[in-house]
Amino acid sequence: MDFNDTPAEATFREEARAWLRGNVPTATELEGLDPIGQAKLWQKRKYDSGWACIRWPKEYGGRGATTIEQVIWNQEEAKHPNLPGAVFSIGQGMAAPTLMAWAKEEHRRRYLPKLASGEEIWCQLFSEPAGGSDLAALRTRAERDGDEWVLNGQKIWTSGAHYSDYGIIVVRTDPTVPKHKGLSYFFLNMKSPGVETKPIKQLSGDANFNEVYFTDVRIPDDQRLGEVGQGWQVSLTTLMNERAAIGGGSAGGDFKALLRLAQTVTIDDRPAIENPAVRAKLANWHCKRSGLKYTGYRSLSALSRGETPGPENSIGKLVAAPMTQDIASFAMDLMEMSGAVWDEGYSPDAGLFQAMFMAIPGFRIAGGTDEIMANIIAERVLGLPQEPRLDKGIPFNEVPTGAG
Amino acid sequence: MNFEFSEEQNLLREQAHGFLGEHCPMTKVRAVLDGDQPTDRELWAKIAEMGWTATVIPEEFGGLGLSYLELAVIAEELGRAVAPTPFSSSVYLATEALLLAGSTAQKERWLPNLANGTTIGAFAMAEGPGRTTAANLTAAAHNGALHGTKVAVADGDVADIAVVVTKADSGDGASLQLVELGGDGVSINPQRTLDFSRSHARLEFTGAAAEPLGPSGQGWALVNKLFDRAAVLFAWEQIGGAEAALEMAKEYALGRYAFGRPIASYQAIKHKLAHAYVNNTLARSNGYYGAWALSKDAAELPLAAATARVSATQAYYYASKENIQTHGGMGYTWEFDCQFHYRRAKLLSVNIGSETQWRNKLVQALEQSNAA
Repeated sequence: MDFNDTPAEATFREEARAWLRGNVPTATELEGLDPIGQAKLWQKRKYDSGWACIRWPKEYGGRGATTIEQVIWNQEEAKHPNLPGAVFSIGQGMAAPTLMAWAKEEHRRRYLPKLASGEEIWCQLFSEPAGGSDLAALRTRAERDGDEWVLNGQKIWTSGAHYSDYGIIVVRTDPTVPKHKGLSYFFLNMKSPGVETKPIKQLSGDANFNEVYFTDVRIPDDQRLGEVGQGWQVSLTTLMNERAAIGGGSAGGDFKALLRLAQTVTIDDRPAIENPAVRAKLANWHCKRSGLKYTGYRSLSALSRGETPGPENSIGKLVAAPMTQDIASFAMDLMEMSGAVWDEGYSPDAGLFQAMFMAIPGFRIAGGTDEIMANIIAERVLGLPQEPRLDKGIPFNEVPTGAG
Repeated sequence: MNFEFSEEQNLLREQAHGFLGEHCPMTKVRAVLDGDQPTDRELWAKIAEMGWTATVIPEEFGGLGLSYLELAVIAEELGRAVAPTPFSSSVYLATEALLLAGSTAQKERWLPNLANGTTIGAFAMAEGPGRTTAANLTAAAHNGALHGTKVAVADGDVADIAVVVTKADSGDGASLQLVELGGDGVSINPQRTLDFSRSHARLEFTGAAAEPLGPSGQGWALVNKLFDRAAVLFAWEQIGGAEAALEMAKEYALGRYAFGRPIASYQAIKHKLAHAYVNNTLARSNGYYGAWALSKDAAELPLAAATARVSATQAYYYASKENIQTHGGMGYTWEFDCQFHYRRAKLLSVNIGSETQWRNKLVQALEQSNAA
């Protein structure tokens, strides 16, 4: 048992490190560009040198690297903290695997390299006002008209819809059959006539998501992925990759900041960290954080051996998201009355904990709520049965819908 | 990255699992629980025959000279089987104390017999309810004669020797003594315990012959080191127990019907068991880190051990109590096996110091690693 790279991994890591040292964009290079322009500059540079989407096959713009090499690359890239943001993650992380599994060869060769190079940005159009955890209850309709489909309806929670070039979308093509059977999956040009994007103002005050409205939007049948009625199956490819991408996050920085805070502020004139109640909480969170870290290492070891990691990684988001919420809340308690102030110039860590507190309710919901994640562990890992469903086998248009 | 047990270690796990399945089924645990014997001597002899008691003892002292990773694998299986033996006292505490602090002569005298199981060791520290510290110790040895009383000594009534923590007038205020329990001036009185399959005793020493183990006045530092090492192995027993308790709850929930369907299909039960799976996974991964640190004698051992210990204590407590809850009324009966894990989980959680104490140690280690 050790933490070392194999010789081949070590060579690859050194190669990645060396390239990054010489190619990470300087502040001057990024000056004057908007965040998307900055991200595109960095992505194109990686692509031109064969360091973009390295796990993809070469003919689609990748490097043909192994999964463990991808992880090593991610680790090395993450050591450069000020790189431009990840506007491509949905396209590269969710749309691309779906295209690879379901699109025809001509489309893969047309779209995947431009996803890898960052020239085109993709978004994901799945959730609807009436279809969240019960995603397959979605209602956006597509009706066939010759070689095209005509789309009407509304999607919600779409990150980056306003700057995306393409989107992957699942829609209802037959409301007279049971809900999972009446869905079909397409990709579409987000600049098509009839697509309208409206930002959603979140409770944090930010607007990271959109509502997207479709009014008589026409999609060529050629852009369908999978058969008509096979949309749910295609969606599962996307969702599995979504959970892999979102669940992979770490809960590190916030805990270190909390530790610093507990050493800085006082309780009854002594450093807060000396208080037994504070220590108990710190210990509990450290155990979770450490447990996640070494769970990740176990998965990496499986990858390193060329095996598929076990189901243990499915716990990541379910552990990290609620813990982060509790950490943020407790950090503000430690600040006492000042906890209520959210001012970058005044608040400890420039208001990190206040910002986290306001952002985290979204993370507990996005990509599968805590409750859905617990169901996934119970059903797929422990093998427990599903709850009986009242809509099973009933044509979608006869399923009770409630108020909305 | 090679953060996992080797093929040989996994084979050992399978072998241990098979062995305990055959020689330590739940009926054996129940026999000790129901009977008037404090431990299962027959099982102990078989375990010793397998060489498990000799795992990390160097070959020169009659051991197998294997690593702590092998011992962690065995600990997990013993925990899973809720084995009614003094393994943790003898192997993780008494043997470790000798390895840590014993003179060559002491090692030559005791390790071969600890390795082959003919000598059973115990560890005696507490003198009453509440946390033992170097400052509140009263038992003391003068000129090789030990006086004082130790309580809640795990396996104290089956052990042949005990490592006793005593008060010292110098240094950190404590010393370790090695005492033969069959000698004069030792009175052994079994104490009724929470887990009848693991007996405890009150040991009264009235001038018992004692020889110092390690330098006088460094006993407290030795206890801390010893506990850091033992914590990893206790954690692996707890992890094994927690997984067995979850497995038991799952099997019952799948077979038990209420309102026309398996109770395993209700989210109230599913989420409870998913939560236990999450706890167990975190504890296991922390256990890996602890086992790694122990096997390499790494500088991170205090943090890794405390993290593994706290994580495993929490996981086993949760799994053992929610296993009873999942079983409903039948889980509360003597007839069902749920009680074994409930008893053992609590016993293991206080044996080398409470969760509160280990959480405090964990934060101490964090503070030190942050300062370094």
